[in-house]
Amino acid sequence: MGGKLFRNFSFFSATLSFFILVGIFAILFHYAQESLHEFGFDFLWNQQWEAGEDDEGGIFGGYIPIIGTLSSTVIAMAIAIPLAMGIAIFLTEIASVKVAKPVSVAIELLAAIPSIIYGMWGLFYFAPIVQATFGGNGVGLLTAGIVLAIMIIPFMAAITRDSMNTTPSVLKESAYAMGATKFEVIKDVIMPYSKGGIIGSIILALGRALGETMAVAFLIGSVMHTVGKVTDPTTSIPVLLANNFVEAEDLEMSSMYFLALILFVVSFIIISTAKFYFLGKKVK
Amino acid sequence: MNRLLLNKIILLLSTLSALIGISFLFWILATLSYKGITSIQWITFTKDLVEGGIRNLLVGQFTMALLATLVAVPVGMMAGIYLREYGHGSKLAAVIRNLSDVMMSAPSIVIGVFVFALLVDPFNGYNGWAGVVALSIMMIPIIISTTDNMLALVPQELREAGMALGGSKHKIILQIVVRAAKVGITTGVLLSFARIIGETAPLLFTSANNQFFTMDLTEQFPSLTVSIYNLATYPDEASRQLAWAASFILTTIVLIINLFGRFIIRNKK
Amino acid sequence: MAKENLVMELKNFSFTYAGASKPSLKKINLPIEKNKITAMIGPSGCGKSTLLRSMNRIHDLYSGNRYEGKINLYRADGSKQNILALKKENDFIKLRQEVGMIFQKPTPFPMSIFDNVAYGLRLSGIKNKTELQDRVEKALKGAAIWNETKDRLNESALGMSGGQQQRLCIARAVALKPRVLLFDEPTSALDPISTGAIEELIAEIKSEVSVVIVTHNMQQASRLSDYTAFMYLGDLVEFDKTDKIFLNPKEKLTEDYITGRFG
Repeated sequence: MGGKLFRNFSFFSATLSFFILVGIFAILFHYAQESLHEFGFDFLWNQQWEAGEDDEGGIFGGYIPIIGTLSSTVIAMAIAIPLAMGIAIFLTEIASVKVAKPVSVAIELLAAIPSIIYGMWGLFYFAPIVQATFGGNGVGLLTAGIVLAIMIIPFMAAITRDSMNTTPSVLKESAYAMGATKFEVIKDVIMPYSKGGIIGSIILALGRALGETMAVAFLIGSVMHTVGKVTDPTTSIPVLLANNFVEAEDLEMSSMYFLALILFVVSFIIISTAKFYFLGKKVK
Repeated sequence: MNRLLLNKIILLLSTLSALIGISFLFWILATLSYKGITSIQWITFTKDLVEGGIRNLLVGQFTMALLATLVAVPVGMMAGIYLREYGHGSKLAAVIRNLSDVMMSAPSIVIGVFVFALLVDPFNGYNGWAGVVALSIMMIPIIISTTDNMLALVPQELREAGMALGGSKHKIILQIVVRAAKVGITTGVLLSFARIIGETAPLLFTSANNQFFTMDLTEQFPSLTVSIYNLATYPDEASRQLAWAASFILTTIVLIINLFGRFIIRNKK
Repeated sequence: MAKENLVMELKNFSFTYAGASKPSLKKINLPIEKNKITAMIGPSGCGKSTLLRSMNRIHDLYSGNRYEGKINLYRADGSKQNILALKKENDFIKLRQEVGMIFQKPTPFPMSIFDNVAYGLRLSGIKNKTELQDRVEKALKGAAIWNETKDRLNESALGMSGGQQQRLCIARAVALKPRVLLFDEPTSALDPISTGAIEELIAEIKSEVSVVIVTHNMQQASRLSDYTAFMYLGDLVEFDKTDKIFLNPKEKLTEDYITGRFG
C-alpha cells in the first residue's frame, strides 16, 4: 500500500544523515592513515610543514594551523560574546516593538551575508584600519579574529534573543513588582531562566567559528608561521585546506585529511555539547 | 555601585552593541554597493569569465544551487516527516535529529574534502555533480530541521480530526499536516537556498571553477563564489573590479531572497 | 435497554494509558441508544473524554495504551462488532467512517470549504464530481450553514468564524453518514450564540445519527440529552434518563455534583 512505501522512504531519508556523517568520518579517517601512521600524535605538536623532495615524504605537523584555528576563534569569541549579549538584551528588553523589528531584521541580514563577502570587505576595507590602529600588515590573526567575531555575532545574538524571549512574563513582572531595575531583572531572572539556550548559542557559535573558511582565508595571511604579535599572519585548518589541499600529494595530502579529521571531530564534540545545553528548552 | 547607575550603564552598553552591529551592516553594504555598482559594466552580464564577465558564473552557481535544492527538499522533507510524524518520541528519532543538527553546523570545507574523496578523486577531475552533492549535503539538514519544527507547530487536533474521518496516516500527513505547515516549510526552503547559493568552501575542490560557459556537469563548473575568491587575489585592477561586481550581485541576490522569505512569513501569519 | 435499540455498548470496559500503573477507566458498562443523545458529565479528570476517545479508537494514534472488556458496535444490518478487537489499519479506517468525532477546538483543514466537507468522502473513494457536490450540499444543509457558504465554497475554510468552523466540522463528519457522532466538548471554545446554534444542530441531527456528547456544562447536558452518564475518577457512577439524573439522582455523589457541591 502507498502508506508503507511512504513510511519506508521517509525512514530511509531520515537515516541518510547518519550515513553521511559516518561516511565523512570513515573517509577522512581512511585517507588520514598514511599521515597518522607516519607521525602519530606528534602531528599535533610539530610546527614543521615541508614537502619532501619530488613530493615524496616530507615532514608535516599540524601545530600551526591548529593553534591558528584556536586562537582566531578565541579572539572572535572574546569580542563576540559581550556584543551579542548586548544586542540580545537590546532587542528583548530595551527596544520598543517598533525599533526591535527593523534591528532584528538588520541582524538577520548580517547573518545572511555570505562569508566570502566578509572576506572581500574585510581585506579591502577593514584590514587597513586594523593595520593603522595596531600595526602589522593588516592581514593577520587579529584581523581574522575581529571579522570572525562580526560574523558570529548575529547568529549568537539571534539565538540568545529567542532564548531570552521564552522567559514567562509573569516571572519578569514579579521581579519588577519588587522594585528591581531592568538590569537586575535581566541578571537575576531572565539570564538564569534562559541559561541553557544562551550557553548553547555560545558553544554553537564556537563550532561555527572553528570551521569558518572563506573570510579567514582572506584575512589571516595564509602563511605557515607561528604568531609572535597578535597582528602576525598565520594560518588555520580550514584556510590551509582551502589553499593547499588540491596541490598536495601523498603524505602531504594525507596530512591534510588528518587535519580535516581533527577539525571534524572537534566540531562534532563541540556541537553535541551545545545541543546538550539546549536540551532543557526547545528554542525555536 | 549605585543600582540605578549600574542599570543605566548596562543598558547603554547594550544599546551601543546594537548600534555597532547595525553600523557594521551598513558599512559592509555601503562599501559593497559603492564598489559593486561602480564596477558593473554591460559586459558583466553578457560575457563569461574568460571575457571579463560573470554570465556563466551566475548561471553556474544558480544551476548547482537549484539542483541541490531539487535533491535536498524531497529528502529533507521526508526525513523531517519521519522525525515528527512517524518516529516522534522514539529514541532513534532523537538520535537522528541530533546528528542532523550536527551536520548543519559542520565545517563546510570538510564536506568539500569528503565529496572530493568520493566524487572527484576517483574520477580524476572536478565536476559539477560533485558540487551539487556537496551543496545538497549542506542543505539537507537545514530542510530536515525546518520541516521537523514546522510540523511540530501543527496542532495535534488537526491530525486527530483527519484520522477521525477515516484517513490513513500517510494521506493525513501529506494532505493535511504538511499543507498546514506549508508556509513555514516554504520559507525554510527559500532561506536555505539563499544560504547555499553563497557558499564557497564546499565548491573549491568539487566543482572548482570554469571560465567558459557550460552546462555540462561532468566537467569543472562555473561558480560565482569560487571566482570571487580567485579574482580577489589577482593583482590586476580589472580582476579586482570584477570581484567586486560579482560580490555585489551575489549579496543583492542573497539579501533579496532573504527579505522575500521573511516577507512571506510575515504576511501569511 | 433492549438490544435492538442499541447502536453501541460498552461492557466491562477498562482503559489504561501507556506507562500508567492504574487504569483511567474502570469496568464501564454503558449502553448507547440509537438516535438518541447520550451525555457524559463529570468533574475534570473523571475520564469522560478518555471514554469518548475509546469509542472511535483514536487513542490508537499513540502506542502503549491497554484496553480490557468490550465495546460493541451494532450495525444497520444487525451485525455486531467488538471494536476493541480491531487491529488492522483498514479496520480502523472503516470504524472511523462509521463513528465520527467532533473536537473541542474547531479543526478546519487548510483547504477550501468544499474540500473540507468532501475530504472524508474522497478518502472513502468517492470521485464522481456530481456525487461529491450533492453530498457536500446535503451535509452543509444538514449542519445549517449552507446559506452562509454556498457562495464561497472555494474560499479557504480558515476565513470562517469559530462557530462557523465548528459547524463546518460537523458538516464534514456528517457527510460520511456515520452511525454515531462523538462530540468532545464541542462548544466550550465558542461564544454563547454559536453554542446555541450548535446545540440546535445536535438536537436535529439525532434523527439521522446517534450522538454521544461529553460536556462539562451541566445545563447543556440537561437541555440536550436523552440519557446522561455521570462519571467520577474513572468510574461510571450513575447512568439513567436525563430527567431522572437531574431531578432525582440515585447516588449521593451524582447529587453532589449536580448541585454544585464540587466539580
